[in-house]
Amino acid sequence: MTEEIIIAGFGGQGVLSMGKILAYSGMMQGLEVSWMPSYGPEMRGGTANVIVIISDSRISSPVLTEFDTAIILNQQSLDKFESTVKPGGVLIFDPNGIIKPPTRKDITIYTIDATKKSSDLGLSKIFNMIVLGSYLKVKPVVTDQFIKAGLEKSLPTRHHSLIPENVKAVEIGREFVTSYTV
Amino acid sequence: MGDFKLMKGNEAVAEAAIRAGCDGYFGYPITPQSEVIEYLMAQQPEKRTGMVVLQAESETASINMLYGGAGAGKRVMTTSSSPGISLMAEGISYMAGAELPCLLMNVVRGGPGLGTIQPSQCDYFQTVKGGGHGDYRMFVIAPASVQEMSDFVKIGFDMAFKYRNPAMILSDGVIGQMMEKVELFDPIPRRTDAEVIAECPWATTGKTPDRERNIITSLDLDSLKQEEHVMHLKAKYEAMQKEVMFENIMTDDAEYIYVAYGSSARICQKAVDMARAEGIKVGLLRPITLYPFPEAELLRLASQVKGMLAVEMSLGQMVEDVRLAVRGKIKVEHYGRVGGMIHSPSQVLEALKSQIIGG
Repeated sequence: MTEEIIIAGFGGQGVLSMGKILAYSGMMQGLEVSWMPSYGPEMRGGTANVIVIISDSRISSPVLTEFDTAIILNQQSLDKFESTVKPGGVLIFDPNGIIKPPTRKDITIYTIDATKKSSDLGLSKIFNMIVLGSYLKVKPVVTDQFIKAGLEKSLPTRHHSLIPENVKAVEIGREFVTSYTV
Repeated sequence: MGDFKLMKGNEAVAEAAIRAGCDGYFGYPITPQSEVIEYLMAQQPEKRTGMVVLQAESETASINMLYGGAGAGKRVMTTSSSPGISLMAEGISYMAGAELPCLLMNVVRGGPGLGTIQPSQCDYFQTVKGGGHGDYRMFVIAPASVQEMSDFVKIGFDMAFKYRNPAMILSDGVIGQMMEKVELFDPIPRRTDAEVIAECPWATTGKTPDRERNIITSLDLDSLKQEEHVMHLKAKYEAMQKEVMFENIMTDDAEYIYVAYGSSARICQKAVDMARAEGIKVGLLRPITLYPFPEAELLRLASQVKGMLAVEMSLGQMVEDVRLAVRGKIKVEHYGRVGGMIHSPSQVLEALKSQIIGG
């Protein structure tokens, strides 16, 4: 099993930390992982993206141009990465601010209205964990037990009181992800 | 299971420095390797091991602080990225001339000039062929994973002291910025003053009545003596040849091979998988040390394969050493993106097909 993922959105949405928690969880489950961020000026107020690879064998290139799954959190990222999903792959997007929705028919598309859901529940800070939950529903690459272990390992101890809230956000994401038909 | 962590390459180097018994780190921040000094400052290693971490006023100051520390027999290191290493070039040459051990790391970014902050491998010539003035060489080792970023700190210090010479970890923005699983090695205590005196009888540790003064210098105005000194350095560089390290990936039955180091080796590994899926017998020879260079292994492979493609994010630098190694026996070409662009596995596969197989 090798799962190659791009997560892309605005800087500040928690794109990089979502990828980090996913990578940590995979590592805790005993899998090989890599996490390759975009870095530099584009992160400040612009777009941020990270390539996460989870595999049961040695990972070759950490840098990729096509993906099994794209998790897309803004229009710019959709424009840039829709075409990079492998045929038969998965695209998950948050419809917030999307004016030109995806059009590909050779991939499976899902939506998660995580921006609205997190705001309604007063959980804006863990918006990204709702998105992560939606991904894990579609691609259960790591189990709940290891998501929790990943959170424990990646969050500093002083933030461990927030873990139950994060786990709840993953649940919400699982529950509210829906198929999208082009 | 050891102590596994998910770390950035730069963080792994910083943690490894503390664990390797480093006495002092002197650096100046520059993207894409600022996490090294950030991690070290946050760890407060002066409390963990007594290691000194100092942000110098410039790269020029950093390398000269290394000169001082190394002269006293201390395990000292600095890290920087391309433009910063250029500023250090004079100091590196002086340290090679004065036979001072130190560990350096260059997390290479695109150049020339200030260039870009994105990954590149355009400093091969600077690192392997000199950089500073004079007939000198460094031990150069190129990690291709976060695990190797950690492990090579230990090897780098060992080689620096074994040969009394600067050692360089040649990394790049990909390996520095990415996170992977890393198993950290057990901490090695910093050497005591008595151990330093025993291991480094040449160091300026304070003159005792039973020995002559130790002088740390790269200057000798007596040309005959200077020639003797340079020939002594040459003998060291020749002795260093036995430290060569490389990795063969699917080369046994290969008809074509990629030659790549660092992040390009990881990208080529994927291209090897893709080519094999298409039935093309491709392998990868990954030089781990760049000085010494795996010449003998390349020459051996040259009698087996039909052609080699050197893949590096540069206009073609290491490819010259590959060509020298195979002595014209087979076709050797270069492929690589530059300016901070990273070639993709499919581009690397296409290049093999068009430049080597079909070319």
